Amino acid sequence: MSEVKFSKEHEWITLEGDVATIGITKHATEMLGDIVFAELPEKGSNVEKDGTAGVVESTKAASDVYTPVSGEVVDTNQAIVDDPSKINEDPEGSAWFFKLKMKDQSEMDSLMNKEEYDKFAKESAS
Amino acid sequence: MEIKKTSLNKLHQINNAKFVEFAGYEMPIQYSKGIIEEHKFTRSHSGIFDVSHMGQLFIYGDESLTKELEKIFPLDLKNLKQNCSKYSFLMNEDAGIYDDLIITKIEEGYLIILNAACKDQDFEILSNLLGSKFKMNLDNNRSLIAIQGPKSVEILNSIINGVDQLNFMTGNWFDSDNQKLFVTRSGYTGEDGFEISISNDKAEKFVKNLIEKGAQLIGLGARDTLRMEAGLCLYGHELDINKTPVEANLRWAISKSRLSNGGFIGSKKIMNQMQDGASQIRVGIKPEGRLIAREKTKIFDDTDKQIGEITSGTFGPSVNGPIAMGYVDKEFSKVDTKILLEVRGKKHPANVCALPFYKKNYVKGVN
Repeated sequence: MSEVKFSKEHEWITLEGDVATIGITKHATEMLGDIVFAELPEKGSNVEKDGTAGVVESTKAASDVYTPVSGEVVDTNQAIVDDPSKINEDPEGSAWFFKLKMKDQSEMDSLMNKEEYDKFAKESAS
Repeated sequence: MEIKKTSLNKLHQINNAKFVEFAGYEMPIQYSKGIIEEHKFTRSHSGIFDVSHMGQLFIYGDESLTKELEKIFPLDLKNLKQNCSKYSFLMNEDAGIYDDLIITKIEEGYLIILNAACKDQDFEILSNLLGSKFKMNLDNNRSLIAIQGPKSVEILNSIINGVDQLNFMTGNWFDSDNQKLFVTRSGYTGEDGFEISISNDKAEKFVKNLIEKGAQLIGLGARDTLRMEAGLCLYGHELDINKTPVEANLRWAISKSRLSNGGFIGSKKIMNQMQDGASQIRVGIKPEGRLIAREKTKIFDDTDKQIGEITSGTFGPSVNGPIAMGYVDKEFSKVDTKILLEVRGKKHPANVCALPFYKKNYVKGVN
Protein backbone atom coordinates (compact mmCIF):
# COMPACT_ATOMS: atom_id res chain seq x y z
CA MET A 1 0.00 0.00 0.00
CA SER A 2 1.20 3.50 -0.79
CA GLU A 3 2.06 6.26 1.59
CA VAL A 4 -0.98 8.13 2.96
CA LYS A 5 -1.57 11.43 1.16
CA PHE A 6 -3.75 14.36 2.15
CA SER A 7 -5.80 17.07 0.43
CA LYS A 8 -6.43 20.69 1.38
CA GLU A 9 -10.10 19.76 1.85
CA HIS A 10 -9.01 17.46 4.69
CA GLU A 11 -9.37 14.09 2.96
CA TRP A 12 -6.83 11.29 3.26
CA ILE A 13 -6.10 8.80 0.47
CA THR A 14 -4.13 5.57 0.08
CA LEU A 15 -3.49 3.64 -3.11
CA GLU A 16 -3.38 -0.13 -3.57
CA GLY A 17 -2.84 -1.15 -7.19
CA ASP A 18 -5.15 1.26 -9.01
CA VAL A 19 -7.76 1.40 -6.22
CA ALA A 20 -7.71 4.43 -3.92
CA THR A 21 -9.32 4.44 -0.46
CA ILE A 22 -10.55 7.86 0.71
CA GLY A 23 -11.77 9.22 4.02
CA ILE A 24 -11.72 12.42 6.06
CA THR A 25 -8.91 13.30 8.45
CA LYS A 26 -8.94 13.28 12.23
CA HIS A 27 -8.38 17.02 12.09
CA ALA A 28 -11.55 17.38 9.97
CA THR A 29 -13.62 15.40 12.48
CA GLU A 30 -12.30 17.57 15.30
CA MET A 31 -13.37 20.68 13.41
CA LEU A 32 -16.80 19.24 12.60
CA GLY A 33 -17.65 17.89 16.03
CA ASP A 34 -20.03 14.95 16.50
CA ILE A 35 -20.91 13.51 13.10
CA VAL A 36 -24.51 12.33 12.92
CA PHE A 37 -25.10 11.77 9.20
CA ALA A 38 -23.05 10.57 6.23
CA GLU A 39 -23.98 10.34 2.57
CA LEU A 40 -21.69 8.55 0.12
CA PRO A 41 -21.42 8.52 -3.68
CA GLU A 42 -23.21 5.72 -5.55
CA LYS A 43 -21.28 2.64 -6.48
CA GLY A 44 -20.53 2.66 -10.21
CA SER A 45 -20.69 6.45 -10.47
CA ASN A 46 -17.76 8.51 -11.68
CA VAL A 47 -16.34 11.34 -9.58
CA GLU A 48 -13.97 14.10 -10.66
CA LYS A 49 -10.91 15.38 -8.78
CA ASP A 50 -11.94 18.13 -6.31
CA GLY A 51 -15.64 17.46 -6.98
CA THR A 52 -18.15 16.65 -4.23
CA ALA A 53 -18.46 12.98 -3.39
CA GLY A 54 -20.60 12.90 -0.29
CA VAL A 55 -21.82 14.84 2.70
CA VAL A 56 -21.23 14.69 6.43
CA GLU A 57 -23.38 16.46 8.96
CA SER A 58 -22.56 17.30 12.54
CA THR A 59 -25.10 18.45 15.10
CA LYS A 60 -24.25 21.96 13.92
CA ALA A 61 -23.96 21.93 10.13
CA ALA A 62 -23.61 20.04 6.86
CA SER A 63 -20.28 19.84 5.02
CA ASP A 64 -19.44 18.47 1.59
CA VAL A 65 -16.90 15.70 1.22
CA TYR A 66 -14.62 16.14 -1.80
CA THR A 67 -12.62 13.58 -3.69
CA PRO A 68 -8.94 14.43 -4.10
CA VAL A 69 -8.67 12.28 -7.27
CA SER A 70 -10.90 11.19 -10.18
CA GLY A 71 -12.24 7.71 -10.72
CA GLU A 72 -15.08 5.22 -10.64
CA VAL A 73 -16.62 4.43 -7.25
CA VAL A 74 -16.07 0.70 -6.71
CA ASP A 75 -17.00 0.44 -3.03
CA THR A 76 -18.57 2.50 -0.24
CA ASN A 77 -18.51 2.03 3.54
CA GLN A 78 -22.11 1.33 4.60
CA ALA A 79 -21.01 0.96 8.25
CA ILE A 80 -20.46 4.74 8.59
CA VAL A 81 -23.87 5.47 7.04
CA ASP A 82 -25.54 3.16 9.57
CA ASP A 83 -23.52 4.56 12.48
CA PRO A 84 -21.91 7.92 11.66
CA SER A 85 -20.33 8.18 15.13
CA LYS A 86 -17.76 5.64 13.85
CA ILE A 87 -16.27 8.51 11.81
CA ASN A 88 -15.36 10.38 15.00
CA GLU A 89 -13.99 7.20 16.56
CA ASP A 90 -11.65 6.01 13.81
CA PRO A 91 -11.58 8.52 10.94
CA GLU A 92 -8.26 7.48 9.44
CA GLY A 93 -8.86 3.74 9.82
CA SER A 94 -12.06 1.70 9.73
CA ALA A 95 -14.24 4.74 8.93
CA TRP A 96 -13.08 5.15 5.32
CA PHE A 97 -15.71 6.64 2.98
CA PHE A 98 -15.29 5.18 -0.53
CA LYS A 99 -12.91 3.38 -2.88
CA LEU A 100 -12.15 4.62 -6.38
CA LYS A 101 -10.67 2.92 -9.41
CA MET A 102 -8.26 5.65 -10.48
CA LYS A 103 -7.77 6.72 -14.08
CA ASP A 104 -4.70 8.86 -13.69
CA GLN A 105 -2.38 8.04 -10.81
CA SER A 106 -0.35 11.19 -11.38
CA GLU A 107 -3.19 13.03 -9.61
CA MET A 108 -1.63 11.73 -6.40
CA ASP A 109 1.52 13.77 -7.00
CA SER A 110 0.05 17.15 -6.05
CA LEU A 111 -1.26 15.92 -2.70
CA MET A 112 0.47 16.52 0.63
CA ASN A 113 2.36 13.99 2.72
CA LYS A 114 1.66 13.65 6.45
CA GLU A 115 4.19 16.18 7.57
CA GLU A 116 2.99 18.77 5.03
CA TYR A 117 -0.64 18.16 5.92
CA ASP A 118 -0.09 18.44 9.68
CA LYS A 119 1.57 21.80 9.10
CA PHE A 120 -1.25 22.89 6.77
CA ALA A 121 -3.94 21.79 9.24
CA LYS A 122 -2.24 23.59 12.10
CA GLU A 123 -1.97 26.80 10.10
CA SER A 124 -5.54 26.67 8.74
CA ALA A 125 -6.95 26.06 12.22
CA SER A 126 -5.38 29.15 13.74
CA MET B 1 -18.52 47.04 17.31
CA GLU B 2 -16.44 45.28 19.91
CA ILE B 3 -17.63 41.84 20.85
CA LYS B 4 -19.16 41.65 24.32
CA LYS B 5 -18.11 39.11 26.92
CA THR B 6 -20.03 37.73 29.86
CA SER B 7 -18.60 37.58 33.38
CA LEU B 8 -17.91 33.85 32.83
CA ASN B 9 -15.76 34.32 29.72
CA LYS B 10 -12.51 33.40 31.49
CA LEU B 11 -14.07 30.32 33.02
CA HIS B 12 -15.26 29.23 29.55
CA GLN B 13 -11.72 29.63 28.24
CA ILE B 14 -10.23 27.59 31.07
CA ASN B 15 -12.76 24.87 30.23
CA ASN B 16 -11.61 24.77 26.57
CA ALA B 17 -14.71 26.36 25.12
CA LYS B 18 -15.05 26.82 21.37
CA PHE B 19 -16.50 30.28 20.97
CA VAL B 20 -18.97 31.73 18.48
CA GLU B 21 -20.41 35.18 18.18
CA PHE B 22 -24.04 35.19 19.21
CA ALA B 23 -26.09 38.40 19.33
CA GLY B 24 -22.89 40.45 19.71
CA TYR B 25 -21.48 38.28 22.51
CA GLU B 26 -18.62 35.83 22.51
CA MET B 27 -20.39 32.69 23.71
CA PRO B 28 -19.31 29.04 24.13
CA ILE B 29 -20.83 26.78 21.47
CA GLN B 30 -19.30 23.70 23.07
CA TYR B 31 -16.54 22.53 25.39
CA SER B 32 -14.07 19.68 24.87
CA LYS B 33 -16.57 16.83 25.24
CA GLY B 34 -18.75 17.96 22.36
CA ILE B 35 -22.42 18.64 21.81
CA ILE B 36 -23.77 15.09 22.07
CA GLU B 37 -21.97 14.31 25.35
CA GLU B 38 -22.99 17.68 26.79
CA HIS B 39 -26.59 17.12 25.73
CA LYS B 40 -26.72 13.66 27.33
CA PHE B 41 -25.01 14.88 30.50
CA THR B 42 -27.72 17.51 30.91
CA ARG B 43 -30.48 14.92 30.45
CA SER B 44 -28.91 12.45 32.90
CA HIS B 45 -27.14 14.71 35.37
CA SER B 46 -26.84 18.49 35.54
CA GLY B 47 -25.67 21.08 33.01
CA ILE B 48 -24.70 24.71 33.62
CA PHE B 49 -25.51 27.26 30.92
CA ASP B 50 -24.21 30.80 30.76
CA VAL B 51 -27.21 32.77 29.51
CA SER B 52 -25.92 36.12 30.73
CA HIS B 53 -26.30 37.56 27.25
CA MET B 54 -30.06 37.50 27.77
CA GLY B 55 -31.75 40.66 29.00
CA GLN B 56 -32.89 41.03 32.59
CA LEU B 57 -35.38 43.85 32.59
CA PHE B 58 -36.69 45.05 35.93
CA ILE B 59 -39.75 47.30 35.78
CA TYR B 60 -40.79 48.83 39.08
CA GLY B 61 -44.38 49.73 39.94
CA ASP B 62 -47.64 48.78 41.61
CA GLU B 63 -51.14 47.95 40.30
CA SER B 64 -50.99 50.80 37.80
CA LEU B 65 -48.00 49.04 36.19
CA THR B 66 -49.96 45.78 36.03
CA LYS B 67 -52.74 47.63 34.25
CA GLU B 68 -50.34 49.13 31.72
CA LEU B 69 -48.60 45.80 31.07
CA GLU B 70 -51.95 44.11 30.44
CA LYS B 71 -52.37 46.53 27.52
CA ILE B 72 -49.16 45.05 26.08
CA PHE B 73 -49.04 41.34 26.99
CA PRO B 74 -51.81 38.73 26.44
CA LEU B 75 -51.67 37.76 30.12
CA ASP B 76 -53.94 37.90 33.13
CA LEU B 77 -51.36 39.75 35.20
CA LYS B 78 -53.94 41.00 37.71
CA ASN B 79 -54.43 37.45 38.92
CA LEU B 80 -50.79 36.40 38.60
CA LYS B 81 -49.46 35.68 42.07
CA GLN B 82 -46.25 37.25 43.28
CA ASN B 83 -43.17 35.19 42.31
CA CYS B 84 -45.06 33.35 39.54
CA SER B 85 -43.74 33.38 35.97
CA LYS B 86 -45.46 33.27 32.59
CA TYR B 87 -44.16 32.72 29.05
CA SER B 88 -45.35 35.49 26.75
CA PHE B 89 -44.57 37.71 23.74
CA LEU B 90 -44.01 41.31 22.84
CA MET B 91 -46.06 41.86 19.67
CA ASN B 92 -46.93 44.54 17.14
CA GLU B 93 -50.50 45.48 16.13
CA ASP B 94 -50.58 42.59 13.64
CA ALA B 95 -49.58 40.16 16.40
CA GLY B 96 -46.15 39.77 14.80
CA ILE B 97 -43.65 38.76 17.46
CA TYR B 98 -40.86 41.19 18.45
CA ASP B 99 -39.64 38.78 21.10
CA ASP B 100 -40.69 35.88 23.29
CA LEU B 101 -40.02 36.27 26.99
CA ILE B 102 -40.60 35.12 30.56
CA ILE B 103 -42.26 37.59 32.88
CA THR B 104 -42.25 37.15 36.66
CA LYS B 105 -44.23 39.19 39.15
CA ILE B 106 -41.88 40.27 41.91
CA GLU B 107 -42.53 42.33 45.03
CA GLU B 108 -41.17 45.50 43.43
CA GLY B 109 -42.90 45.04 40.06
CA TYR B 110 -41.90 42.70 37.24
CA LEU B 111 -38.78 40.95 36.00
CA ILE B 112 -38.77 40.15 32.28
CA ILE B 113 -36.16 37.86 30.69
CA LEU B 114 -35.54 38.86 27.05
CA ASN B 115 -33.62 37.34 24.15
CA ALA B 116 -30.12 38.73 23.72
CA ALA B 117 -30.59 39.78 20.11
CA CYS B 118 -33.88 41.54 20.91
CA LYS B 119 -33.31 43.10 24.33
CA ASP B 120 -32.28 46.59 23.28
CA GLN B 121 -35.16 46.95 20.84
CA ASP B 122 -37.57 45.50 23.43
CA PHE B 123 -36.39 48.08 25.94
CA GLU B 124 -37.05 50.86 23.46
CA ILE B 125 -40.50 49.55 22.54
CA LEU B 126 -41.50 49.09 26.18
CA SER B 127 -40.11 52.51 27.15
CA ASN B 128 -42.20 54.12 24.43
CA LEU B 129 -45.32 52.22 25.48
CA LEU B 130 -44.95 52.79 29.21
CA GLY B 131 -43.67 56.36 29.05
CA SER B 132 -41.65 57.66 31.96
CA LYS B 133 -44.11 56.64 34.67
CA PHE B 134 -42.21 53.52 35.72
CA LYS B 135 -38.56 52.99 36.48
CA MET B 136 -37.05 50.48 34.05
CA ASN B 137 -33.65 48.85 34.37
CA LEU B 138 -32.17 46.54 31.74
CA ASP B 139 -29.63 45.29 34.25
CA ASN B 140 -26.16 44.73 32.82
CA ASN B 141 -24.69 44.22 36.27
CA ARG B 142 -26.30 40.83 36.70
CA SER B 143 -25.38 37.51 35.09
CA LEU B 144 -27.92 34.80 34.35
CA ILE B 145 -26.96 31.18 34.95
CA ALA B 146 -29.19 28.22 34.10
CA ILE B 147 -28.71 24.83 35.72
CA GLN B 148 -30.70 22.07 34.07
CA GLY B 149 -31.19 18.34 34.47
CA PRO B 150 -32.35 15.83 37.10
CA LYS B 151 -29.46 16.39 39.57
CA SER B 152 -29.76 20.18 39.46
CA VAL B 153 -32.17 20.50 42.38
CA GLU B 154 -29.88 18.59 44.73
CA ILE B 155 -26.77 20.47 43.58
CA LEU B 156 -28.31 23.94 43.72
CA ASN B 157 -30.07 23.29 47.01
CA SER B 158 -26.75 22.42 48.63
CA ILE B 159 -25.58 25.95 47.80
CA ILE B 160 -28.83 27.89 48.09
CA ASN B 161 -30.93 26.19 50.71
CA GLY B 162 -34.66 26.26 49.95
CA VAL B 163 -34.70 26.30 46.16
CA ASP B 164 -36.06 22.74 46.23
CA GLN B 165 -39.32 24.23 47.53
CA LEU B 166 -39.94 26.21 44.34
CA ASN B 167 -42.58 24.93 41.93
CA PHE B 168 -42.04 25.02 38.17
CA MET B 169 -42.49 28.56 36.79
CA THR B 170 -42.13 30.24 40.16
CA GLY B 171 -39.22 32.11 41.71
CA ASN B 172 -38.00 34.02 44.72
CA TRP B 173 -35.15 36.03 46.18
CA PHE B 174 -32.61 34.00 48.14
CA ASP B 175 -29.62 35.01 50.23
CA SER B 176 -26.31 33.36 49.46
CA ASP B 177 -22.73 34.47 50.00
CA ASN B 178 -23.92 37.84 51.36
CA GLN B 179 -25.95 38.79 48.35
CA LYS B 180 -29.44 38.52 46.93
CA LEU B 181 -30.03 36.06 44.13
CA PHE B 182 -33.26 35.76 42.20
CA VAL B 183 -33.90 32.10 41.43
CA THR B 184 -36.69 30.75 39.24
CA ARG B 185 -37.50 27.10 38.61
CA SER B 186 -37.51 27.20 34.84
CA GLY B 187 -35.36 26.66 31.81
CA TYR B 188 -35.34 25.82 28.16
CA THR B 189 -34.14 22.25 27.89
CA GLY B 190 -37.21 20.18 28.77
CA GLU B 191 -35.59 19.26 32.08
CA ASP B 192 -36.22 20.29 35.65
CA GLY B 193 -33.93 23.15 36.50
CA PHE B 194 -33.35 26.72 37.62
CA GLU B 195 -32.24 30.09 36.36
CA ILE B 196 -30.22 32.20 38.76
CA SER B 197 -29.83 35.95 38.46
CA ILE B 198 -26.61 36.91 40.22
CA SER B 199 -24.38 39.99 40.29
CA ASN B 200 -21.52 39.81 37.78
CA ASP B 201 -18.73 39.88 40.36
CA LYS B 202 -20.11 36.79 42.13
CA ALA B 203 -21.00 34.75 39.05
CA GLU B 204 -17.68 32.99 38.45
CA LYS B 205 -17.29 31.85 42.04
CA PHE B 206 -20.88 30.63 42.06
CA VAL B 207 -20.45 28.57 38.88
CA LYS B 208 -17.14 27.11 40.12
CA ASN B 209 -19.05 25.99 43.18
CA LEU B 210 -21.68 24.29 40.98
CA ILE B 211 -18.91 22.52 39.05
CA GLU B 212 -17.34 21.32 42.31
CA LYS B 213 -20.68 19.78 43.24
CA GLY B 214 -20.74 17.78 39.99
CA ALA B 215 -22.49 19.97 37.42
CA GLN B 216 -20.73 20.67 34.11
CA LEU B 217 -20.60 23.62 31.74
CA ILE B 218 -22.72 23.12 28.61
CA GLY B 219 -22.48 25.20 25.42
CA LEU B 220 -25.07 26.81 23.21
CA GLY B 221 -24.82 23.90 20.74
CA ALA B 222 -26.32 21.46 23.22
CA ARG B 223 -28.73 24.11 24.45
CA ASP B 224 -30.09 24.18 20.89
CA THR B 225 -30.45 20.38 20.54
CA LEU B 226 -32.03 20.21 24.02
CA ARG B 227 -34.61 22.91 23.30
CA MET B 228 -35.44 21.38 19.92
CA GLU B 229 -36.08 17.98 21.47
CA ALA B 230 -38.33 19.73 23.98
CA GLY B 231 -40.24 21.30 21.05
CA LEU B 232 -39.43 24.83 22.23
CA CYS B 233 -39.23 27.83 19.88
CA LEU B 234 -36.09 29.88 19.33
CA TYR B 235 -36.51 33.51 18.34
CA GLY B 236 -35.16 34.20 14.85
CA HIS B 237 -36.00 30.65 13.82
CA GLU B 238 -39.52 29.55 14.82
CA LEU B 239 -40.52 33.08 15.82
CA ASP B 240 -40.12 36.46 14.13
CA ILE B 241 -41.99 39.64 13.33
CA ASN B 242 -43.92 37.86 10.52
CA LYS B 243 -45.24 35.09 12.78
CA THR B 244 -48.06 35.27 15.30
CA PRO B 245 -48.40 33.19 18.50
CA VAL B 246 -51.37 31.35 16.94
CA GLU B 247 -49.33 30.42 13.86
CA ALA B 248 -46.49 29.36 16.16
CA ASN B 249 -48.92 26.99 17.90
CA LEU B 250 -48.43 28.84 21.18
CA ARG B 251 -52.09 29.64 21.89
CA TRP B 252 -51.68 27.94 25.29
CA ALA B 253 -49.57 30.92 26.34
CA ILE B 254 -52.42 33.39 25.79
CA SER B 255 -54.58 33.81 28.89
CA LYS B 256 -58.14 32.65 28.19
CA SER B 257 -59.59 35.49 30.22
CA ARG B 258 -57.91 38.02 27.91
CA LEU B 259 -59.40 36.57 24.74
CA SER B 260 -63.00 37.61 25.32
CA ASN B 261 -62.27 41.31 25.71
CA GLY B 262 -58.90 41.72 24.05
CA GLY B 263 -57.37 45.09 24.82
CA PHE B 264 -53.74 44.04 24.34
CA ILE B 265 -51.53 44.86 21.38
CA GLY B 266 -52.28 42.45 18.54
CA SER B 267 -55.48 41.17 20.17
CA LYS B 268 -57.67 41.68 17.09
CA LYS B 269 -55.48 39.52 14.88
CA ILE B 270 -55.10 36.90 17.61
CA MET B 271 -58.85 36.70 18.21
CA ASN B 272 -59.52 36.38 14.47
CA GLN B 273 -56.92 33.66 14.07
CA MET B 274 -58.19 31.80 17.13
CA GLN B 275 -61.62 31.70 15.50
CA ASP B 276 -60.73 31.07 11.86
CA GLY B 277 -57.42 29.30 12.35
CA ALA B 278 -54.11 30.42 10.88
CA SER B 279 -53.23 29.54 7.28
CA GLN B 280 -49.82 28.16 8.34
CA ILE B 281 -48.93 26.53 11.62
CA ARG B 282 -45.77 25.35 13.40
CA VAL B 283 -45.43 21.56 13.62
CA GLY B 284 -42.91 18.94 14.64
CA ILE B 285 -41.32 17.01 11.77
CA LYS B 286 -39.50 13.69 11.80
CA PRO B 287 -37.50 12.90 8.66
CA GLU B 288 -37.43 9.19 7.81
CA GLY B 289 -34.03 7.50 8.16
CA ARG B 290 -31.11 9.62 9.34
CA LEU B 291 -31.52 12.60 7.04
CA ILE B 292 -31.11 16.00 8.68
CA ALA B 293 -33.24 18.83 7.31
CA ARG B 294 -31.86 22.21 8.35
CA GLU B 295 -33.45 25.62 8.60
CA LYS B 296 -34.86 26.90 5.25
CA THR B 297 -35.37 23.37 3.87
CA LYS B 298 -38.45 23.50 1.63
CA ILE B 299 -41.40 21.25 2.42
CA PHE B 300 -43.53 19.76 -0.38
CA ASP B 301 -46.67 17.65 -0.73
CA ASP B 302 -46.76 14.63 -3.07
CA THR B 303 -47.88 16.81 -6.00
CA ASP B 304 -44.67 18.89 -5.89
CA LYS B 305 -46.43 21.89 -4.39
CA GLN B 306 -44.44 23.72 -1.73
CA ILE B 307 -46.42 23.69 1.49
CA GLY B 308 -43.94 25.08 3.99
CA GLU B 309 -40.40 25.49 5.30
CA ILE B 310 -38.23 24.10 8.10
CA THR B 311 -37.26 26.61 10.81
CA SER B 312 -34.88 24.39 12.89
CA GLY B 313 -33.51 20.95 12.29
CA THR B 314 -30.82 18.79 13.83
CA PHE B 315 -29.96 15.37 15.18
CA GLY B 316 -31.63 14.78 18.53
CA PRO B 317 -29.12 12.94 20.75
CA SER B 318 -31.76 11.65 23.22
CA VAL B 319 -34.27 10.85 20.47
CA ASN B 320 -31.35 9.23 18.61
CA GLY B 321 -32.56 10.47 15.26
CA PRO B 322 -33.17 13.56 13.18
CA ILE B 323 -35.78 16.09 14.34
CA ALA B 324 -37.10 19.34 12.95
CA MET B 325 -39.72 22.02 13.35
CA GLY B 326 -41.27 24.13 10.66
CA TYR B 327 -44.35 25.82 9.30
CA VAL B 328 -46.79 24.01 6.99
CA ASP B 329 -50.12 24.95 5.42
CA LYS B 330 -52.97 24.26 7.84
CA GLU B 331 -54.31 21.24 5.92
CA PHE B 332 -50.93 19.47 6.32
CA SER B 333 -50.53 20.15 10.04
CA LYS B 334 -52.18 16.98 11.39
CA VAL B 335 -49.94 14.45 13.14
CA ASP B 336 -48.81 11.61 10.82
CA THR B 337 -49.28 13.63 7.62
CA LYS B 338 -46.72 12.51 5.04
CA ILE B 339 -44.60 15.34 3.64
CA LEU B 340 -41.45 15.66 1.52
CA LEU B 341 -38.29 17.60 2.40
CA GLU B 342 -35.99 18.89 -0.32
CA VAL B 343 -32.38 18.39 0.78
CA ARG B 344 -29.49 18.84 -1.69
CA GLY B 345 -31.89 18.72 -4.65
CA LYS B 346 -33.65 15.49 -3.69
CA LYS B 347 -37.00 15.03 -1.97
CA HIS B 348 -37.01 12.84 1.12
CA PRO B 349 -40.03 11.49 3.04
CA ALA B 350 -40.91 12.82 6.49
CA ASN B 351 -43.85 12.85 8.87
CA VAL B 352 -45.59 15.58 10.80
CA CYS B 353 -45.40 14.59 14.46
CA ALA B 354 -46.49 15.68 17.92
CA LEU B 355 -44.27 17.92 20.04
CA PRO B 356 -42.21 17.55 22.17
CA PHE B 357 -39.90 14.94 20.67
CA TYR B 358 -38.61 14.28 24.15
CA LYS B 359 -40.89 14.06 27.19
CA LYS B 360 -40.42 16.76 29.78
CA ASN B 361 -39.48 16.19 33.39
CA TYR B 362 -40.82 19.36 34.98
CA VAL B 363 -41.54 19.34 38.68
CA LYS B 364 -45.05 20.31 39.68
CA GLY B 365 -46.54 20.57 43.12
CA VAL B 366 -43.57 20.43 45.48
CA ASN B 367 -45.79 22.12 48.02
